[in-house]
Amino acid sequence: MLGYIIRRVLQAILITIGVTLIVFILLHVIPGGGVARAILGPRANAAQIAAFNHQNGLDQPLPAQYLTYLWQLAHGNFGFSYKLNQSVASLLVQYLPKTLLLLGLAYAVSIIIAVPLGIYQAVRRNKIDDYVLTGASFVFYSMPVFWLGIILIVIFSGALHWFPSEGPQGAYVTDDFSQLSSLILPVATLALVTIASFSRYMRSSTLENMVQDYVRTARAKGASNSRVLFVHVLRNAMIPILTLIGLSVGYVFSGALITEALFNYPGMGYIFWNAALTQDYPIILGVIVVTGFATVLGSLMADIMYAIADPRVRYRRA
Amino acid sequence: MSTLDQPRGIAIPLQAPPVPQEKPGEVQDVAPAYEAQGVWRLAFNVFIQHRLAVVGLGIVIFMTLFCFVGPLIYHTDQTTVNLNNNDLAPGAGHLLGTDQFGFDVIGRLMVGGQTSLEIGIAAALVATVFGVVWGAVAGFFGGVIDALLMRFVDVMLAIPSLFLLLFLAVAFPRTVPILILVVAVTAWLIPARLVRAEALTLRTRDYVQAVTMMGGGGFRIVLRHIIPNSIGTIMVNATFQVADAILLVAAINFLGLGIAPPATNWGAMLSGGVDFVYDGWWWLIYPAGLAIVLTVVAFNFIGDALRDALEVRLQKR
Repeated sequence: MLGYIIRRVLQAILITIGVTLIVFILLHVIPGGGVARAILGPRANAAQIAAFNHQNGLDQPLPAQYLTYLWQLAHGNFGFSYKLNQSVASLLVQYLPKTLLLLGLAYAVSIIIAVPLGIYQAVRRNKIDDYVLTGASFVFYSMPVFWLGIILIVIFSGALHWFPSEGPQGAYVTDDFSQLSSLILPVATLALVTIASFSRYMRSSTLENMVQDYVRTARAKGASNSRVLFVHVLRNAMIPILTLIGLSVGYVFSGALITEALFNYPGMGYIFWNAALTQDYPIILGVIVVTGFATVLGSLMADIMYAIADPRVRYRRA
Repeated sequence: MSTLDQPRGIAIPLQAPPVPQEKPGEVQDVAPAYEAQGVWRLAFNVFIQHRLAVVGLGIVIFMTLFCFVGPLIYHTDQTTVNLNNNDLAPGAGHLLGTDQFGFDVIGRLMVGGQTSLEIGIAAALVATVFGVVWGAVAGFFGGVIDALLMRFVDVMLAIPSLFLLLFLAVAFPRTVPILILVVAVTAWLIPARLVRAEALTLRTRDYVQAVTMMGGGGFRIVLRHIIPNSIGTIMVNATFQVADAILLVAAINFLGLGIAPPATNWGAMLSGGVDFVYDGWWWLIYPAGLAIVLTVVAFNFIGDALRDALEVRLQKR
């Protein structure tokens, strides 16, 4: 077990270093004069660009630059936004918690709804309600996040006036708690898409487990239907969901970007989007590094939780 | 979406072809009762039995005709802004009304659909070809080459595609060919992984060993044996890739980082409509969104059916 975890952590570290290498390459593929041109503007002359490059170490050989970059990252320096005159790290400290709150709520709602839904569908397999739910989840699964969000705004904000059409405002995560009704639509937008995919996994995973030998054994020992379902099957059927949560991190971050842009919710996705519109490369690349780290961490957690929850995995891989 | 791929749809049992009735007195032909069916013929039969897939194919054909042939019949001006006619409600002159610049919405859907479909299909093709070659080479040669190629894929997969996509959209000029490449850059990883997995099992097969023994080179094996034998997986994934690419392109256009006006696409149309949510101007919101969803669902249906038709292991025999 320990060996497996250590091996997996080392792998994750390698991939993380790979991510920083890719981002470092991205920094150097910016066409038309690169970073200096993007920051100093179109009127900067060659001497000014050379001075900027020298000042920021951009005239050093690439490997040396990469090592400097890694060194900076290791010290929590993700770059400096010249447009906002603020370091990317301080922006992240401010806005990342808002995104994490949004994602955390969306995940919690999704799991609370999707798990019972999937079990219900598995039990009622191929009956009319299963078909209806499967159809509904297919629709939500295929629906672009931004369109789903717009429709929710049209219905619940425009027509019914139940919730505001904007996410909670204010620069700090604590501001959100006084505006909980504004959080409902953004969370619902993210959760509906996630529920659609999680419940489909839960349904097939429950179906798979219901025909296993251990279920027959449990029934033979006289366990009641609900005990078999909620004690034996549920625990085994949840294992793929654990993995799924970890693996969907990158996907959900992308969903959060669109949701934050649509609902004008100032989280990490929103500042990334604004940086993209204003060509603020330090923020863009800083956020890409952070989402890359989060994705690697997510899949690492998925594997470790999988190994803890399912002993068969760790014996097979050890 | 594709990273979380899951078995979609259910396999439909193959129906045995009808046995010809023997008529008394007639001389029976030497031909066997079961006519030998080709692989593609079999696959076609399974595909056509998939009602949803036929619907999906119908939608794709309709959308293609609508976008590419439609403008030849339904003439609208999609380049000149006409602010005297903006935001008209659906009516006699404009069946779906006009948008905030005075463009006819139906005509806009056609023009926007052209770029959506072109970018979606072309990006899927580029991504598939590139990913397939990458994965086949990695899987067949194994060892250090495999490790290097696939670790690179792992690293790229760790960066959420929308973030990478937006960076590329910002850094490079936003024209159709470049957008195709940009989407492909984020999409080739999945086919690479799938084909590598196929190649790992295929390279141990007897017929591949036989080719090696007869002196066939590595690239011959990859091109003539590994790739053709994983064509099922490749085609299924390519179909899902089209759906994903259309969604991604719509997303970046919705975020205002797509094609520059007056060119448009379905995502950009939606992003224009968002500003008028409170005005109840549904014709700026529903048609474009519906076009995206229908096309994406259609490609997903086709992919499901192709999976049943081409991936023999899933067929109930």
